Parts: sequence; C-alpha cells; structure tokens
Amino acid sequence: MAASTYTSPIETGWYYLHRLICAAVLLFLIAPILVIIPLSFNSVPFFTYPMPGLSLRWYQEFFFASQWRVALYNSIFVAVSVTLLSTTLGTLAALGLSRPNFPWRAALMSLLISPIMVPVVITAVAMYFFYADVGLLNTYLGLILAHTTMATPFVVITVTATLTGFDHSLTRAAAGLGAPPVTVFFKVTLPLILPGMISGALFAFGTSFDEVVLALFIASVDQRTLPRTMFSGIREEIRPTIIAAASVLILFSIAMLTTVELLRRRSERLRGIRNT
Amino acid sequence: MRKTRLMDVGALAVISLATGVLAPATPVFAGDQLTITSFGGPSQDANRKAIFEPFSKESGIKVNEDVFNGEISKIRAMVQSKSVSWDVVDLYPGLAGQLCAEGTLEPIDWKKLGLDRSSFIEGETTDCGVPEVVTGKIIAYDKDKFPNGPKTIADFFDTKKFPGKRGLQKRPVENLEWALIADGVPLKDVYKVLSTPAGVEQAFKKLDTIKQDIVWFQTSSQATQLLADGQVVMAAAYSHRIVDAIKNSGKHFQIMWDTLQWSMGVWVIPAGSPHVDAAYKFLAFFALPQPQANFSNIMPCGPTNKKALALVDPAILPDLPNAPDHMANALRVDAAFWSEKSDELAQRFTVWVAK
Amino acid sequence: MVTMAVQIAREPDGMPLRTKLTRVERRRKLRAFILVLPLLLFILIGFALPIGRMMFNAIHDDTLLTLMPRTTAALSAWDGKDLPDESTYAALAEDLKQAWAQRSMGAIAKRINYELPGLGSQITSSARKASTLSAGPYKPTLIEINPVWGRQDVWSLLKRGSLAYTPYYLLRSVDYQYGPSGQIVASPPETAIFQDMFLRTLAISIGVTALTLLLGFPVAYLLATLPAKYSNLLMIMVVLPFWTSLLVRTVAWVVLLQQHGVINEMLMALHMISQPAQLIFNRIGTMVAMTHIQLPFTLLPIYSVMKTIPPIHIRAARSLGAGPFYAFWKVYFPQTLPGIAAGCLLTFILCLGYYITPAMVGGPNDQMVGSFIAHYTNEELNWGMASALGAILLTATLLLYYVFNKLVGVDRIKMG
Repeated sequence: MAASTYTSPIETGWYYLHRLICAAVLLFLIAPILVIIPLSFNSVPFFTYPMPGLSLRWYQEFFFASQWRVALYNSIFVAVSVTLLSTTLGTLAALGLSRPNFPWRAALMSLLISPIMVPVVITAVAMYFFYADVGLLNTYLGLILAHTTMATPFVVITVTATLTGFDHSLTRAAAGLGAPPVTVFFKVTLPLILPGMISGALFAFGTSFDEVVLALFIASVDQRTLPRTMFSGIREEIRPTIIAAASVLILFSIAMLTTVELLRRRSERLRGIRNT
Repeated sequence: MRKTRLMDVGALAVISLATGVLAPATPVFAGDQLTITSFGGPSQDANRKAIFEPFSKESGIKVNEDVFNGEISKIRAMVQSKSVSWDVVDLYPGLAGQLCAEGTLEPIDWKKLGLDRSSFIEGETTDCGVPEVVTGKIIAYDKDKFPNGPKTIADFFDTKKFPGKRGLQKRPVENLEWALIADGVPLKDVYKVLSTPAGVEQAFKKLDTIKQDIVWFQTSSQATQLLADGQVVMAAAYSHRIVDAIKNSGKHFQIMWDTLQWSMGVWVIPAGSPHVDAAYKFLAFFALPQPQANFSNIMPCGPTNKKALALVDPAILPDLPNAPDHMANALRVDAAFWSEKSDELAQRFTVWVAK
Repeated sequence: MVTMAVQIAREPDGMPLRTKLTRVERRRKLRAFILVLPLLLFILIGFALPIGRMMFNAIHDDTLLTLMPRTTAALSAWDGKDLPDESTYAALAEDLKQAWAQRSMGAIAKRINYELPGLGSQITSSARKASTLSAGPYKPTLIEINPVWGRQDVWSLLKRGSLAYTPYYLLRSVDYQYGPSGQIVASPPETAIFQDMFLRTLAISIGVTALTLLLGFPVAYLLATLPAKYSNLLMIMVVLPFWTSLLVRTVAWVVLLQQHGVINEMLMALHMISQPAQLIFNRIGTMVAMTHIQLPFTLLPIYSVMKTIPPIHIRAARSLGAGPFYAFWKVYFPQTLPGIAAGCLLTFILCLGYYITPAMVGGPNDQMVGSFIAHYTNEELNWGMASALGAILLTATLLLYYVFNKLVGVDRIKMG
C-alpha cells in the first residue's frame, strides 16, 4: 500500500512522516526485548555489553530446574483461566452498563474498576483475610479468583469503550427481524465488540501472567507462578535465568502468534475473502 | 462456525476451572513435615544442601520450602487469621523484633531447644529468633580503577583522593552509621550519637559532602551490576555477593573490610504454627556447628554458632564477614535502634535525598 | 422502535401505552442489571468488603483503649492543662503492670512510638520497672522511673487513645500531626514528604499518560487502517511485551540506559555526545521505562475503538469535499475519543500504583506513593499509615475519574 497518486505533496509528506513515527514507536516497544535476549547467553551474571563469553548455563537452569517448569505450567493455567473468567464477567457487565439509561452507571462503573485503583500491596493483605475466611488460601481457585478481581476492570473498560459508539438500532433491527437475543449477541453484537474483548482479554492475561504480590500472598509454593519464581532471590541477585525464561516465552509467543496468523491467512484464502 | 468455536472455548474454561478446583491444595504426607520459608536464590540453595536435606534424612521430617521477599505482613495476616502455613521463617532481625513485640511470633524456649544461648554470637536481642547467619555490608571497589583502593570509610567520603561516583542503597540504614564513622565518631558511640537530633544532623551533613557523587540504588542486588557497568567506582554491598562475583565472573572487585557493618538473620516460628515440635527439631539440628560450617563453605556468610567457625574450610574463612580479622573494626547494625527510629529517619532521609 | 410500536399495537388488552412503555423500559433495565450482577457481586464480596475492612485501619485504632483501659478511662476527665492527678498515675501503674505480664507492652510502645518517635523503648523499659511497684504515691515514682511520664505530649496522646477512632494516620498522610498539647499542626519541613509525594505521583502519571497517548495514537491508527496481513504482524510487536515480565523489561531498560549502556555507547560511537549522558537513576529513566510498560495499555483500547469505525465515514467526508486533515479531525478523530478515554484512564490509574520500576531505574526524587505504601505494609508493619495513604490515593483516583467522566467520559461521548 503506497500513498495514492492523486494526493498532494503535503499529504504524501504526512503519510511518510506517519510511517516514520510508527516505525520509531514500534522500535521503542521492542528495543528492550532485542537488547536483552542476547544477554541470556552471557557467561557472567551481569547485564552489560560487551559480553566476556557465551554460555547456555541460564537456559540449562531454566529447562532443568523443575521449579521453572512447574511455574510455567501454573502461570499459563492460571492466566488462561483468569482470561476466560474475567472476559466473560467483564463483557457481560460492560454490555449491561452500556444499555441506554442504565441507572447509576458512573457509580457502578467506578466500583467495578476500583480493583486497579487500590495499591496491590493493600489488596493482597485484605484479600488474605478474606480468602482465609472462605478457605481458598493456597489453592489454584483462590489464586484464579484473586487475579480475576484484578483483571476484570481491564475488560470492563475496553469493552465499554468499544460499545460507546455502538449503534443500538442494529440489535433492535435484528430482534425485529425475529432473531432471539442469543443470536443477536453472537451475530450482531459480538463481531462489533470483538476487538475490545480481545484487547481486554489480552490485558487480563497479562495482568495475571505478570502478577507477583497476590501470587505471593494468596498462593503457596505449590501454585508458584513464573513472576513469583523470577522475584525469588531478588534480594541477593537478579539472575539472568529470568532473561532466559523471558527469551523462551518470547520465542514461543512469536511462534504461536505467527502460526495463528498463517492459519488465518490460509482460511481466508480458502474462503476466498480478499481484504481491500 | 464462530458459535461452535466459542462453545469449545467455554467448555475448555469449565474443564480447566474444574481441574483447578479439584487439584489438591497441598500434598498430603504420612509422616511429619514442616514448611520453611526463606528468601530464595543462592542462599536458599545453600540452605537446602547444607541443612534441609541432611535434616530430613536424619529426622525423617519432610521439609517443604517456600520463598518470599520479606513480606512480613503475610506472617501477621497468617497469625491473625489463624491460618498459619509457614512453620519456620528466615527474617531480618529488625522485622523479627517488631513481630515478636506484637506477639506474632513464638518466643523461643532455649531449654526445649536443648541449647545454650551463649554458644551463639552475642548481639541478637529478640526473644523470638534463633540466630541464623551473619551477613556483612562492606564497601566494594573495582581494582582496575583503583589499584591502591580505599582503606577506610573516610576514603569513601574523600572524592579528591578517589574520584568517581559511589553507589549506596537508597535508605538511611548503614549510610548514616558510615557517615558518622567517617566523621570521626568512634564505633561504640555511633548509635548513641545517632539517637540525638544533633547526631542525625551531623550524619546528614557528612553525607552532604559527597551527595553529588552518589548513585542511589534500590535493592542490594543492583550494587554488583553498577560496579560491573562502571557506573560507580565503589559501592556498598553484601560481602558474600562480592566474594561470589570475584570468584565466578572474573571481575576484579575488591572488598574493603574496614568498618564492616554486620547483622544477623534469624529463624523464627510464627505463633500458632501447626508443626512447632518439628520446627524445634529443625532449629536444634540447624544450630549444630557442622551443618552451619557446611553452609558457610557453600555460601560465604558467617555461621552463628561460635564453634562452627573452626570447622569452616580455611580457604573460605577469610571471605566470611565474621572472620576474626574482619571483626576487629566492625559495627553491628542495631536492630532495636532501627525498629524504633526507622519510620522517622526514613522520612527525613526521603526529604534529604530528594533535595 | 418500529418493532416495539408494532408489538404494542398488536396487544389486545386496553392498557395505556404509557404504562406499557414504562414496563418495557423497566424490563430492559432489569435485563441490563442482571448482566452486571455477577461481576457486581463478585467485586462487592471478593474485593470491596475485604478492602473496606482493611481501609478501616486508616481511622480505627483501639490499641491504647483496649491495652490501657484504666488509664484511658481515668483520662476522660483530664483537662489537658497540667499533668494528671495521682489517681490517673495509679491507673497507669496498674495498666503497665498488666501489660508487662501479658506481653502486650510491645504493641503499646509501638503505638506511642508512631507519634513520638524514639519513645518506644523508654516506655517499655519503664513498664518493666513499674511491674515491681506495689504502693503509691505513683506520680512521683513513675516520673522518676522515666521522665516520659512527666511529658505533656505523652499524656495528650494517651488521652486521644480513649477514642477507638483517630484521624492521626490521615493527618500524617497529608503532612499534619499533633502538637505537644494535642493541637493539629503542620509537620516540620524535614519530615513533610507526603504532599510532595502525592503531587509527584500525579505529575509522573499525567506525564506518562500523555507520552503514551502521543506515541500510541499514530501506531493505533496505522494498525487499524493497514490490511490485516500487515497489521497482524505489527501487532505481534505490540503484544510481545505482555509475554515479558515487568522485572525483565525493567532490567532491559537498565541495559539500555546505564552509563556504559547500549544507548550511551551508540551515541558516543556516532560522536553525538562526548561524555556518557545520565539517563538512568533520574526522572528520564522513570518516564522512559514507565512509558514503555504502559504503551500497550493506551494503544490497544484506541485500536479496538478505531477498528469499529467504518472507513466509509472518512471516504464520505472526502467525497463531499473535505480536505484530508479536516475529514480526519472532524469525522474520524471524534469517534476515537472513547478509545482515547479508556486507554488514558487505564494508563493513568495503573501509573498511580507503580513502585517497582521507579525504584529500580528512577532517582531519589522519583519515589511514588506506592513505594511508601509497600514500605508501611511490609517493613514498618504500620497498616494504619498504609491504609490511610491507600485510602487517600483511592479517593483521589475516584474523584479524578468522576471529573474525567464529566469532561470526556462515557456519559459525554454519545454517538450512534
């Protein structure tokens, strides 16, 4: 896609400037990742170039210490559960809140997003007492619910934002044409709010996947997550193993996202859809 | 099409949640067990090898390990909500003293332990802790920058003789003490002077003289990185971290042992621990000289049992903070002083450091 | 609307239209409410109640009332001018003896030490000595045991302890404290830190939010307008940081920004600077690292909203003669406002609670309120102060959210 031929020189200038800015911002986003990955092969536990030598010792530590494997499994399991749970709860709530004339919307909204307004150290202590009362301490369910509390506001905010411009006459039209509410939701509403849901789900996943304080308070070592393992021993040293872990995750996610993208293109080709 | 995919996702959610609920919270063991919580990292690895594993073998008590980063509010929450799941915890003496005073920890019954308090290094005053390990804060420098490095803490404050940035941890503890010592206050009077408003003033004044040259860092683990990058020419650090860096990373760091500030980590038992007896057995085992010496051989921190020092590998001994040579001119960080004054002095420090 | 009218017209019974409309409207509201209900209950029970209980610590403190019952009772009649009379000292001696025997002296000493730093150990040691007293007169003896018991400020503190509620923590969180005779005074400048810290937290959060918006908007626009083939690949770059721990990203910024870090070495190799620039352990380091971490949080909501804007709108505007910038500004941009609002809201709120990143790459002047809350929770074990700071932060955030909502929020932007 190049700038159209009929545009003015100023417009063309803006077009390339925009591209340039975007390239710079994207570089800013991944630069830290680019510089940190090579350091996972550093032979000494320092984060400085040039590296005195290469070594696989941090990868060895990551792959052969069972604590990392368990942590990886736990993190993915908890984060996926949290994502599903909070996306469901958050989307439902956002749908309700976005109905016209919903009473006390602002007040309810602030209550629902308040979990991200309270510093997590306080939340962790407060929740400890609650989860002790209901007997969910040191369980996966407890950790999932605690993370869901922190993750749902993201879904509520992003889905509400995509619903703000939502044209409610579309659902009315569908209902008028005889579609039951569930069909209306899946055929009309969902495709429109999907980008918001995906963003919210991503935030929810990221919140759970990178959360350390609640994981330390609510869970025990049996439910140890990756961040909990990464922060362990931080008083003594920041071990390059955390960078090896991060590198593995990055490679894994690039592979996964690329596969998804390739599959999407394939199905698009098969269905004969052409994007303009 | 889309609908079925969503339903699959839903089913997956239900299944994964169900497995989560059904997964056992804690494994069930037939025999005795206890949960020991420490700070993770190399020190916990050393503890496992030198103490936890031999103890399990000898006593038949299974040791479950947990890690934390010093979040003592979890201990308080455990005790207050009567859901104690940690039986033995590794703590800083100051925090242990605070928890002890409010009744959150079990007072240690030395008779039940079968030990004599006097066989340990003096200086730990809390009634709830068994001295675990001696750690030392020292000034480390890069020998490549200063072949004739600083000899005293006064040199650290002398930016003419030793130009360059200095790294200090962003907190009042240790820094105010060093400032007073550099200003000529004798070691034995440091805390007496620091208890007076004039003494606090004096310490900040001394720090003012090098304020332009200080790089403040947050966690002690950042000190070695700062030295390695060359951002600072000398920095306050834990001695055992520097010993490790010298041995294992080929850096030419050097330790200035003069005016070492040492303190003792302690083992504590949260009040209401369900395995108090096992915890006592563990502490009794830990306190023996041989396991302590084994720990110090792996991790260059000092043993607390006076007899253990003689059992440490002679090649390792000079690396320990409580080797006799180093203790000649050393200051014990006064945990009792800091638990009383840290709130006030931390505020003053925050104002001062931001100015 | 049409459907509704048709349905209503078809109903045979003779109910007035107004009633029916109200009923339909009510049913609709109910349905909307039922959608919100699961999350509402979950947040209320699993979050709001526990947090409320914790925040209660900000104003509720009955340490002195329960542990020194006789003294606080005797003090209710004290006028606060001279030292209390002998009977109050007798009550004090009794309380000290009991506290010593029950090992609760530590809690009392700690509570007094909060307001009068440095007195804790003297209070404890005086209790040890007082535990051996058997007969009066107590007043001179106690003052002789330790002069703290002849201090006006100690007694007015004990008198305030006869109430289970105290504004002390909240006052201190905004740099006020009690003077010697119980009046409220501003904290001395060498310990007044909290007002500055709140303002700094606010300033850093606003700055980071603005930066993420500035950097995020153009990229969101590019991603929303490129064909999926390209945008999905670029999107991978945006979401990759989510797979990278905050700790790792913070370390990465150390690698980039430190004195002999990648950026300094590069600039020096290009002869753009001759001395390494100070990029870390100051405000630059804080802002750069926080902006990097928050960028996806601002960008993605904007992108999601942009995806819902039909491209036809801007084409229609162009074909009706609007210039490219005019069309963008008047037609496209207003429709992105909900996304901008949501993204900025997320980033702003999250920034307020930061403490690990500014601590590790920031300078001495970058401490945010979150770090002090963590300090009070986990190091001082002063949950009163932690809760008070947290409550002020929460209230301020809610207020800002309310104002924000009134200015640009969901209620304002109504379209479609």
